[in-house]
Amino acid sequence: MAVAFDEMNIPGGDLRPAYQELARWLKETPPEALEYRRQEAELLFRRIGITFAVYGEAESTERLIPFDVIPRIMSGKEWALLEKGLKQRVRALNMFLRDIYHGRDILRAEIVPDDLIFQNPVFRPEMNGQQVPHDVYVHIAGIDIVRVDANDFIVLEDNARTPSGVSYMLENREIMMRLFPDLFARHKVAPVERYPDELLSALRSVAPLSASGEPTVALLTPGVYNSAYYEHSFLADKLGIELVEGRDLIVKNNEVFMRTTEGVKRVDVIYRRVDDDFLDPLTFRPDSVLGVPGLMSAYAAGNITLANAVGTGIADDKAIYSYMPDIVKFYLGEEPILKNVPTWRCREPKDLAYVLDNLSELVVKEVHGSGGYGMLIGPAATKATIEAFREKLKREPEGFIAQPTLALSTCPTCTATGLAPRHVDLRPFVLTGSKSTTIVPGGLTRVALKEGSLVVNSSQGGGTKDTWILDE
Amino acid sequence: MLSRTAENLYWLARYVERAEYLARTIDATLRVTALPAAYVGKTNEWDSALLTAGVAASFYQTYEEANEHNVVDYLSFSVDNPSSIRNCIEAARLNSRSVRTALTSEMWDTINSAWIELQAVWSKGTSTREDLAKFLRFVQETSLRFDGSAYRTMLRNDAYWFSRMGVHLERADNTARILDVKYHVLLPEEEHVGGPLDFYQWSSILRSVSALTAYHWVYRETLKPWLIADLLILNDTLPRSLASCYGNLVRNLDQIGVAYGRQGPAQRHARGIRNRLEHSNMNDIFQHGVHEFIQEFITDNSRLGEIITKQYLI
Repeated sequence: MAVAFDEMNIPGGDLRPAYQELARWLKETPPEALEYRRQEAELLFRRIGITFAVYGEAESTERLIPFDVIPRIMSGKEWALLEKGLKQRVRALNMFLRDIYHGRDILRAEIVPDDLIFQNPVFRPEMNGQQVPHDVYVHIAGIDIVRVDANDFIVLEDNARTPSGVSYMLENREIMMRLFPDLFARHKVAPVERYPDELLSALRSVAPLSASGEPTVALLTPGVYNSAYYEHSFLADKLGIELVEGRDLIVKNNEVFMRTTEGVKRVDVIYRRVDDDFLDPLTFRPDSVLGVPGLMSAYAAGNITLANAVGTGIADDKAIYSYMPDIVKFYLGEEPILKNVPTWRCREPKDLAYVLDNLSELVVKEVHGSGGYGMLIGPAATKATIEAFREKLKREPEGFIAQPTLALSTCPTCTATGLAPRHVDLRPFVLTGSKSTTIVPGGLTRVALKEGSLVVNSSQGGGTKDTWILDE
Repeated sequence: MLSRTAENLYWLARYVERAEYLARTIDATLRVTALPAAYVGKTNEWDSALLTAGVAASFYQTYEEANEHNVVDYLSFSVDNPSSIRNCIEAARLNSRSVRTALTSEMWDTINSAWIELQAVWSKGTSTREDLAKFLRFVQETSLRFDGSAYRTMLRNDAYWFSRMGVHLERADNTARILDVKYHVLLPEEEHVGGPLDFYQWSSILRSVSALTAYHWVYRETLKPWLIADLLILNDTLPRSLASCYGNLVRNLDQIGVAYGRQGPAQRHARGIRNRLEHSNMNDIFQHGVHEFIQEFITDNSRLGEIITKQYLI
């Protein structure tokens, strides 16, 4: 594996410009002072109740995501490039979805194979020919980005369904500003505060035609037991919209209403944080109690906008991922600014042969798996595991893709033995409304707190950092 | 506002109020039982504590004897008792989480901190009297802080009024229950033969609604049972009296009625109860029987709860 790109230090002893002021500040600040503020930060998080739930644990189902007080810093120039790339990528995602559920030019052009779409469980035939306002499918996208060198941003994953984590971006900043005013005074950090405002205007801009002048927006949550519930309530609060559960909504004459103390009130746009499968028990899973019976017929009648649209899973599917560079080129006629992780599709004989020859160096993922299940991490696996996997792969090659193990970039992070580099990734949030695509400068930086670990997931010991984009 | 939000706010307030009431009941019972037997007589004060909390039946399914240890445990920490203080705080937090957007950060902080302290400090119950006293103070302070933050930080709109309604409805129920269990020591003037025993029973009643000092300020008298009944039922200057609770309930319901531009059965029913309290005097009440009066009140009060639920919360 290659040596990881250090975002602060240049090999040889120099500092990258974006980190120079932070380094000076760290030198002036005694370790105790840093430790004290670290504890303070944890206390604040606990008091505010920013928790997430870990499924399958009976005791203490609410946990804090560890927060690292050392900010991750990016220069304005780096951000400008990333921003351009993100907008391009999300534009392509939306055009791809529109095409898949309408004309299917991309299938006819044989850029993406038919069976990857039609045999994919996240493809929603209900959406065929369905108009969505302004052709926006992915109103909120969370694109996971990693860096492996100074010049390239690589997309690890497109999250086009119900991406979460933006509340951490906002709360991390809030807490950093409270605890480190001196550090902010020495940097020009681009603010992230306006995210809720931009989200609300994006959501309002895609209201259905039948909505009244001031469209009513509501956030649909699965409820308090959902792992991201804190975020749902946080956003509803910041947006000033009702936080509704399925049982608060009813559908009458193909219109959606919420039950209020003054009778029912029409809803025009639902920012839903409930998965497709649970949205409407009449259309999808009949056992779902989280959804709203009849919601899909109101959707089909064009009386409600769902954000994100139903069926966006087909755009962020692992099987589709490897086609993204071609998808960008096909719809926009441009070279993709953000790179993909090189991916071998085991469904293609040439790729399969390569993968089988290099199993010990590759990460092999199930196309429909998630959360790291059913995955082979070649460099860390035993010989027996690799051989067992080889058989699986030969039996069902179309179920797998393979990628090289990436050396994620590192950032200085507080550890038990002082500051040390730890691997990070970044999830910026891209908003698309009727008129424009916007990105608040920053995002959620996740950090693998264990030495050498590349796993940044909060369920597996990952933490978060505030992400600073310098406004130069 | 969402019906579910209103419902959560209403119940949140009720749970907090109930937790405080339970803490006061335990506190008052501890004081009475600390006295030599000659002063308290043969009644089992822990038994009446269970009765005033309305959980006697379920208690005896688990325990044989109503003694300090068992009752304190059941009322404070039991997981099986749906209205133990622990479960009230748990339920309050759950309700708060579902309506975070309708709470001010001060209110959330109060409930969340209490919940954190409950887990961190009180998860194993208390082993000494001193510990127990600390715990009871913690519960009462949580309720005061919650009330205070609501009063000082909430917008005066339907969210506030629904939350207040929860407080007053629960409070009225609690006060009425104490009276219901203790009415036999509150006899009319001519029948009363006061002894040291009664004195401690009376002060205990007042203490559990934090009205001992208030009594002296209002009546400038030694403790007299009919005056105690008067204070707790009819005197609307005492915040925990039935009259005061209903004054507030009627006001809150009217505010909602004005804001929504329409009245309903809840407003009418509350006004009916308030009018009856306004036009009663202790003589009549004693004539008809305190017990009957209180029982009727408890039924009427929980009927109001049902009507409010039907009219606004579902």
